[in-house]
Amino acid sequence: MADNQSQVDRIKADPAFQDLVRKRWSFAVMLTILMLLIYFGFVFLVAFDKSLLAKSLMGGVTTVGIPVGIFVIVSAFILTGIYVSRANGEFDRITKQIVERMKK
Amino acid sequence: MLRKFILAAGALAGMTGAALAAGAIEGGGQQALNVPAIVMFGAFVLFTLGITKVAAGRTKSAADFYTAGGGITGFQNGLALAGDYMSAASFLGISGLVFSTGYDGLIFSVGWLVGWPIILFLIAERLRNLGKFTFADVASFRFAPTPIRVLSAIGTLIVVAFYLIAQMVGAGKLIELLFGLPYLYALIIVGLLMIVYVVFGGMTATTWVQIIKACMLLGGATFMAIMVLAQFGFSPEALFKRATEIHPNKDKIMGPGGLVTDPISALSLGMALMFGTAGLPHILMRFFTVSDAKEARKSVFYATGFIGYFYILTFIIGFGAITLLMNDPSYYKAGADGSFNKIKDILGGSNMAAIHLAKAVGGSYFLGFISAVAFATILAVVAGLTLAGASAVSHDLYASVIAKGTIPEGREIAISKITSVLIGILAVALGYAFEKQNVAFMVGLAFAVAASTNFPVLIMSMFFKDMTTKGAVVGGFLGLFSSVALVILSPTVWEAVMGHPKGSAPFPYSSPALFSMTLAFLGIYLVSKMDGSARGKVDRAGYEAQFIRSETGIGATGAVSH
Repeated sequence: MADNQSQVDRIKADPAFQDLVRKRWSFAVMLTILMLLIYFGFVFLVAFDKSLLAKSLMGGVTTVGIPVGIFVIVSAFILTGIYVSRANGEFDRITKQIVERMKK
Repeated sequence: MLRKFILAAGALAGMTGAALAAGAIEGGGQQALNVPAIVMFGAFVLFTLGITKVAAGRTKSAADFYTAGGGITGFQNGLALAGDYMSAASFLGISGLVFSTGYDGLIFSVGWLVGWPIILFLIAERLRNLGKFTFADVASFRFAPTPIRVLSAIGTLIVVAFYLIAQMVGAGKLIELLFGLPYLYALIIVGLLMIVYVVFGGMTATTWVQIIKACMLLGGATFMAIMVLAQFGFSPEALFKRATEIHPNKDKIMGPGGLVTDPISALSLGMALMFGTAGLPHILMRFFTVSDAKEARKSVFYATGFIGYFYILTFIIGFGAITLLMNDPSYYKAGADGSFNKIKDILGGSNMAAIHLAKAVGGSYFLGFISAVAFATILAVVAGLTLAGASAVSHDLYASVIAKGTIPEGREIAISKITSVLIGILAVALGYAFEKQNVAFMVGLAFAVAASTNFPVLIMSMFFKDMTTKGAVVGGFLGLFSSVALVILSPTVWEAVMGHPKGSAPFPYSSPALFSMTLAFLGIYLVSKMDGSARGKVDRAGYEAQFIRSETGIGATGAVSH
């Protein structure tokens, strides 16, 4: 289907398609960078300033590092949730419209 | 007998020398038969064989065999992905690392999780839209099929082989210890069962084995974590406080220790974990088992949730093991004067901490259950690996390269089944041959190759318009050779395996990914840019159609209905 050259040209020229690709790409790149920043930020914090993570959180034995580590884990889950909700909603809706138009 | 084990640290925990040194299952050797464990494992085997029988009745076409007909839901696939990824290594290795070092275990586990969001954002839906059975379908979409399939198959088989050997050696030692079965018998049981699942039930049986095992593992770990927290009135602070009083390193277990030292190693290891996950063939293959891009995305969401939750549980379990085991001499091998080292002298080594904790919180029946879970876990992971390896041989090498796509489906499935049997036999033989070897580096090598060969070729083929066959082949092999060479020159192999003196390793970092991935990407980019061949023009011209299909799913292989 998509191997058909005229169809490829039509989709490529479709403003809705161009818009979808641009939106989805910038969204995915933003989330990817965010994940890289969170993870490598954590790793470099461990490599360069161990004492910060070993500080007591609220006067007890629980350290700052515990919520920070849990945050990295939870953020991975939340970021995937954010992507899926927009991609399975908005992006899929636009994709469906583009595909429907192709059938006419 | 006692010194027989160098063990499976590697098989079990996986990556850095430092992290693994503490993890060896040493003492013990073959134990008395553990009857509750054997009964519960027997129940698991009977149940999964029943499922395999049902699956066999439904497995008719190649799509059924490789992808369960594409009819797995996102939620089921999420559980199966988590099942593929949560090996006995993560469960026993990470809880053992928390037991011996505290906070470092958390740092380590975080690295194993963060590759998943990257898979979702960049790869998952495009993989589903472009591919059919293996990730090589995607990587070779617009390129000359033969060289790319060969490259991908080599990448797949190397990753599968090293991952499999590490799992088999770990399995043999662990089962010997937990069930009281001799090493070789344990290997043969694992080998036979994985062959039966894959050959008769294909992807359908493999998926359900993963799902059941993931549920058992998550259920068992949840129970242990709750039992631990209940002892401290569900106050993590009280748990941590007690742990710092008992652990020989006192307050130090609450902050980063010696796991991450130099920033280059930290970055390189982080990259291997993150992008290696996105290049594991048995993980990538699972994306073809769902019906469309929507379900593919959902499956990563669920998988990330399950795996993240599991790592939080292992952290609690590790601390629980500190508080409940370290003051109890019955879990230790005491010296002549009755004293023992709280970290090193635990029976079976620190990787057994979670197993001992199971007994401490749930008695011998729960110990039996957790032992059965550990066995089931290994079995599920090796079945997934076997299927991925067999698909690379039958679908990529045989059907596409040798027969140029002209063989009937039935023949391709037959080749895949024969390959599965061969991989099973080979896995048992290699597991036996490597029994006394140090296999600690193997999982690290598998991740490094996945990150440096499979991942760059796959992602560049999706996004780099000017990429050509030549660029893919040069870059892919550069990544492959450099990652393998640098692992050999690194301390984990040069010093720990080959026995050169400490500090003499020519490559000082714990993972090659930073360097080998850079080489692979540069190789693909530069060679593609300079490629003026006629084939190169065809490759570039094919991008548009590929791009439209990857972004919209038009023309994608749909679910097969029954």
